[in-house]
Amino acid sequence: MKEIRVDVLVIGAGAAGMAASIESASRGCHTVLLEREDCSGGVLNQCIHNGFGLHVFKEELTGPEYADRFRRQMDEKGVQVRTVQFVVSIDPSKKAVITMSQEGAVVFHPKRVIMTTGARERAFGSLMIPGTRPSGIFTAGVAQRFVNLQNRLPGKKIFLLGSGDIGLIMARRLALEGADVLGVAELMPFPGGLARNIAQCLNDFDIPLHLSTSVVEVHGKDRLEAITIARFDPKTRTAIDGSHKKIEVDTLILSVGLIPQNELIDSFVQIHPTTKGVVVDSMMRTSHPWIFAAGNNVAIYDLVDFVTLDGKTAGQNASRFEETFPSDTLPIVLGKSVGVSIPNKIVKQGDPFILYLRSKKVIEKGIVEIGPGLIRRTRIGIKPSEMIDIPFTQKDLERLRESNLDRVYIDIQEGS
Amino acid sequence: MNTTGRVYRAPEKDYPFFGAFFIKRGEIMERRLRVVVIGAGIVGALIAREFTKYACDVCLLEQEIEAGWGVTKANSAIVHGGYDDEPATIRAKFCAQGNQMYDSLSKELNIDFQRTGSYVLAFSDEDILHLEGLLTQAKTNGVIGCRIDRRDEVLTRQPKLNKMMKAAFWCPSAGITEPWMIAMAAVESMQLNGGRFFPGNPVIGVDVDHKGAVRGVRTSQEFFHADIVVNASGLYADRITQMVGLDPLLLYPRKGEYILLDKKMGSIVSAVIFPVPTKQSKGILVVPTVDGGVLLGPTAEDLDQRCIEDTSTTRIGLERIKSLVHRLVPDIDESQTVKTFAGLRPETPLKDFVVGPTEIKGFFQAAAMRSPGLTSAPAIAKYMATEAVQEGIGIQLTSNPHFRPNVPKYIRTSEQSLTQWDELVAKDPRYGKMICVCNKITEGEIRDAIIRGARTVDGIKFRTRAGFGHCQGGFCLPKVVELLQRYGHIPMDQLTLRGKASALLSSEVRT
Repeated sequence: MKEIRVDVLVIGAGAAGMAASIESASRGCHTVLLEREDCSGGVLNQCIHNGFGLHVFKEELTGPEYADRFRRQMDEKGVQVRTVQFVVSIDPSKKAVITMSQEGAVVFHPKRVIMTTGARERAFGSLMIPGTRPSGIFTAGVAQRFVNLQNRLPGKKIFLLGSGDIGLIMARRLALEGADVLGVAELMPFPGGLARNIAQCLNDFDIPLHLSTSVVEVHGKDRLEAITIARFDPKTRTAIDGSHKKIEVDTLILSVGLIPQNELIDSFVQIHPTTKGVVVDSMMRTSHPWIFAAGNNVAIYDLVDFVTLDGKTAGQNASRFEETFPSDTLPIVLGKSVGVSIPNKIVKQGDPFILYLRSKKVIEKGIVEIGPGLIRRTRIGIKPSEMIDIPFTQKDLERLRESNLDRVYIDIQEGS
Repeated sequence: MNTTGRVYRAPEKDYPFFGAFFIKRGEIMERRLRVVVIGAGIVGALIAREFTKYACDVCLLEQEIEAGWGVTKANSAIVHGGYDDEPATIRAKFCAQGNQMYDSLSKELNIDFQRTGSYVLAFSDEDILHLEGLLTQAKTNGVIGCRIDRRDEVLTRQPKLNKMMKAAFWCPSAGITEPWMIAMAAVESMQLNGGRFFPGNPVIGVDVDHKGAVRGVRTSQEFFHADIVVNASGLYADRITQMVGLDPLLLYPRKGEYILLDKKMGSIVSAVIFPVPTKQSKGILVVPTVDGGVLLGPTAEDLDQRCIEDTSTTRIGLERIKSLVHRLVPDIDESQTVKTFAGLRPETPLKDFVVGPTEIKGFFQAAAMRSPGLTSAPAIAKYMATEAVQEGIGIQLTSNPHFRPNVPKYIRTSEQSLTQWDELVAKDPRYGKMICVCNKITEGEIRDAIIRGARTVDGIKFRTRAGFGHCQGGFCLPKVVELLQRYGHIPMDQLTLRGKASALLSSEVRT
């Protein structure tokens, strides 16, 4: 069995992992990037639509183009990319990462590990929707892979459950390829995806969006034959009597959320109880000093550009071996309007960073209050589907250090 | 007709007339007995395998594309102790006996079987009286090792159980397994011993001659000559029964819904947990699964005779499971649900098996396999090829000296040490390429499954557990589809989830 010593081992070659490994390698660290698929790039490879890179490159790229930019940088900086590698386990006591591939088992002994393992799609089975279990039910990502990479349509008469971004993108993609896309149901009273995707993927193609609606039963023994949808009371979250409607379809595509993948480390690294993401500080350190993390395994982002930026931060900080890290962190405590924050802790003596927040509800005009008394920002059109990004500058950090806060409270107040 | 070129000598005994020929003391039997088993569920597959232990030509017919896809696929997967069946029932006779056969059977077929033991929890004095009744019944049925444990003893061993309980009935011989794997492995074993498997062959008729003996079985594909026909067709058993002109058994389906939880919940119990049973059923249980998950269920809903394909789950059924399991194990977290499903089990008004010979010479029943059908299956198979045949057609079968009981084990890389796995990869690198990341199943393992008979996505899933994990095939489905094409030589247009009309994908995006 091979044993390999490296400076930084990055696990997962999606947007976060590519950015992290580039930063680490450009600081002279021997950096290995592991990927279980045949090719680096992660889900970007199947996202052939455009809209990537507006923040990072100030231009609009497709997913494969966006990934390719990083691939070239990885070549330049000497990142060692190893594809078709599966991480079997991580042993924090021996600081060993055990991998398996067609070449056999390898035990890596890295000085630092960066977890960029991304997320997985919530599956149909976990939704507990009554009815049969026919073929023809796919998650949006699987459908996207079949259409864009394996040249196969999942079906002809299609309905979508959930209005997450991948689902919206797939509604348009399938409509463009001649499928009959009959509608999108969203259980919440507001869409799950970006406003631009509602406009460009549904409205432009006359695909109806049914809010406060969900699929309550699936029909068909072998292949999906029909679904029953019903409107839901937003308060009780139960189906409204008499609102049931049966729709004949052969395919149901799900875009009902992503789940951070942290199975490799969740036994020894702090995981957020509600988001299931890894808890990180503003330097993208986890609760275990050996392990850093970035990307959708930390929290579900809505833009890949933000994932890239946090990946960079993780890569930069993971490659600082000689320095002793500032240990003083302040926890972020969320008020009742905020569902998610990245990071979860602020390093008092750390570098400036961007704070990402996700509101729990739609707020026409709101004030984001951080501190209290540290930062106040007015934002218009706050939606759960779109993250709020607030730069936390050197000045803000200084003010934080001067304050006697023992935690940073964040909430969004309605009004101006 | 002599299919093997060998001639078998009939045993030293006088045999009466049967079928189309005589056998007398010392006479040379001109041809081998032709056995047709209808239905490749666990019962039919084990019966077919059992007949290959003797000098018979065995054909196993199955309407589905793979074995074990009816009742066998969706049940609690419990090998019952045998204390629950009223003495003097046919169930009681076969259950305790079948349970004891599972050790050797699981070794021969190389399938997972764990004697986890089972508890029946009592919450009241009345419940405790019931446990005492079970203890008496266990003794009568010859089930050994059962006892009633006090609350504290039980909680030491199963700390997550409801602390409100007063006592529990412990049966050490109960266990868990994968029923579909037994059916699939039994089919393989049968094939290794010369039996032939005909999937995709729904039976459309059973021919009986003018003397009232079976002549053969007609499927949608071909005609199978038969001296012995065994009806092990599960939910379809009454249709077959009526084909030979016998009175129907009045079977009706009883639906059981289940909730399967992720491995994260796996450590919550390490034995099968029952409530106190009712006359109707054994109740809603908490069952550890052999691959480390937890199964909750089943409900028990009697359906109309015609609903033999209604395996839909219902809101009411799933709610019922959720509301009842917490009484047994309060910490169960349904947000860890991986999937929900429902299975049907064939029930009769008599609530007992129908096993053995019939008025039609050569026609045997292995029907109404309600619970504990899975546990009883090996015992029923043994009985069928010996006592039942003797009683039904007056023949003692000649044993097949070439019978090989063992089926090769499926390689599971996740169960190997890293060193063993590494050595395996050195021999065949495909065992190092991960396909199912949730359950850690490699390309090599999926290739093995395809070579050993998997023809569909579910066929791979049930053999290898690829797609059984929390992502439910999200990552591996596109790869499994490629491997089915590569190793199974199944064109994309013919790929299905589980045969019949369950086509997986539509046309090409671009041609």
